[in-house]
Amino acid sequence: MSERIAAGKVKVVGPGRTLWMPVPGCPGCQAGLVGRIIADVTEEMGLDGKAILSDGIGCHSGVAVLNMDVVQGSHGGAPDMATAIKRLSPDSLVFTVQGDGDCIAIGAGSFIGALTRGEVITIIMVNNSNYGTTGGQMAPTTLTGQKTTTTPLGRDAASGHGYPVRVAELAATFRSVAYSARGAFTTPANYQRTKKYIKTAFQKQVDGAGLGFVEVLAACPPNWHLSPVEAVKWIEEKMIPEFPLGEFKNVDRTT
Amino acid sequence: MTDRMLVQGNEAVGWGALAAECDGFFGYPITPQNEIPEFFAREMPKRGRVFVQSQSETGAIMMLYGGAAAGFRVMTSTSGPGWSLMQEGMSHLAAAELPCVVVLVQRGGPGQGSIRHAQMDYRCVTRTGGSGGYRNIVLAPASVQETHDLVQLAFYLADKYSNPVVVLSDGVMGLVAETLEVKKLDFGPLPEKPWAVKGRDNHKDKVRRYVHTYPGSGPPPPRGYANYVRWLEHIGEKYQEATDREVRYESYRADDARLLLVAYGYVSRVCKEAIDNARAEGRKVGLIRPVTVWPFPSKVIKEKADEGCRFLVVEDSLGQMVDDVQMSVLGRAEVNFMGLLSRHIPTDAGMILPGRVLEEIRRLS
Repeated sequence: MSERIAAGKVKVVGPGRTLWMPVPGCPGCQAGLVGRIIADVTEEMGLDGKAILSDGIGCHSGVAVLNMDVVQGSHGGAPDMATAIKRLSPDSLVFTVQGDGDCIAIGAGSFIGALTRGEVITIIMVNNSNYGTTGGQMAPTTLTGQKTTTTPLGRDAASGHGYPVRVAELAATFRSVAYSARGAFTTPANYQRTKKYIKTAFQKQVDGAGLGFVEVLAACPPNWHLSPVEAVKWIEEKMIPEFPLGEFKNVDRTT
Repeated sequence: MTDRMLVQGNEAVGWGALAAECDGFFGYPITPQNEIPEFFAREMPKRGRVFVQSQSETGAIMMLYGGAAAGFRVMTSTSGPGWSLMQEGMSHLAAAELPCVVVLVQRGGPGQGSIRHAQMDYRCVTRTGGSGGYRNIVLAPASVQETHDLVQLAFYLADKYSNPVVVLSDGVMGLVAETLEVKKLDFGPLPEKPWAVKGRDNHKDKVRRYVHTYPGSGPPPPRGYANYVRWLEHIGEKYQEATDREVRYESYRADDARLLLVAYGYVSRVCKEAIDNARAEGRKVGLIRPVTVWPFPSKVIKEKADEGCRFLVVEDSLGQMVDDVQMSVLGRAEVNFMGLLSRHIPTDAGMILPGRVLEEIRRLS
């Protein structure tokens, strides 16, 4: 039962062959939406059967429940694993799903290495502006002034905390990157745009155009100490001004 | 048809890996092993195989993780500080039970140490340097030919035990040139890899695979275990099986010896010359050369201790393998040690030479 018809003419897909169980998460967590999009997009593209997820470590690695082949290793090493898998089995669809800490803190070397070499893979980074699994510590993406358990007075550049890192913009500066975009789930329209970004990034891999990167802003209500609804509002009011949505690079071949 | 050529030990690593049908090499430059990645950069692309220069050793070892998880024969090589960086990945590889080969060309340490030969990584290789109490199978070649042969054995043992295997070379063994006969070695059949990720629809059963390092958790077979403790029981049995079956050593003029030297790698070559000279003087001296330093050939050393042999451990460090010899004899025999401080000159270029070993043999016999 990969499809069922809901009331009226609305066709609801799922639970499908790829999203066979819910992606785990706290109430209001949006990691599940990333899993849902990956499931829908890979099924639409007919790629779920040859997809290999090189999964990160942390909250967003919950997408390991996707009904596709998955490898999971060290914290930050997902682009390295993906590099080897794609080079050795180029017909596979190889992608990572990583949190912000996984991707641009502990895994920064792996991430930058894959971008530099121009690996023909897809990297999806979920930005929830803190370390969720470990209880809400400061991440490279934590907003200025945002209170976390390791910035109890709020993130402050003058106190040595630096400023939030803009990863989608950074990725776009690499010559060997074919696609870079940032999406969010704050509205149905944004959800659809984010889905389009992820689909485009996968298509760049299928076409052999180059590395595709998508950053997704996602709510973390428990660690933000907000209700799920307030958390979505916080993304709109606080995160999007710091992390603007849209495509930052989209080329058919890298030069 | 065989090929004979004059090559360095580091290049012999490459020829052995090609013979073993290695699919991918992933590595980062570090002295004194640079000839190894350079070999693969030349030889792999023209064979349609994979070479990647990683951004770090941390990256190289996780590339092995990915490649091994996808069922391919993969390897890397490194030295001192690079080996330190790989320890996290080694722990993950052991936890996920992924076969791969790491060639460690030892240099002086700790820290940056020196870029020349030494045998100072024995302890962290045989005891393992990552978290969690896993095991590396460790093979120590003592010639260019044996380097080539043991790289092939390493791939075989890695697949047989689904575990990382380390080839423990050193700056002398890596750079010395000797004749090499390139040949493919056949060690017998190997298990399939039904656990490897290939994409769900490429599996006969169309069931997805999940390679991870939360052993004992996660989804069902082909590799699932009911819980964490059942997995630990399994891994313990695997290490015990390797200990029981895979010990390899060379015995040199040891049958009637009263004084037994124990040495591996380049130092074992030095010891053989010293032993030949001592035998010419009528001294009953021989050598046990561990080829597997893990599992260590404890049984033969214990037996020799029971026969009344005394021991002289010679290694180019401050004393690491000597611990294994002492644990093997358990106080039954005298264990002497001669190490890095006995080099012929007190620099990183200094070596333990046969004359100095002969002096020690004379003193003890």
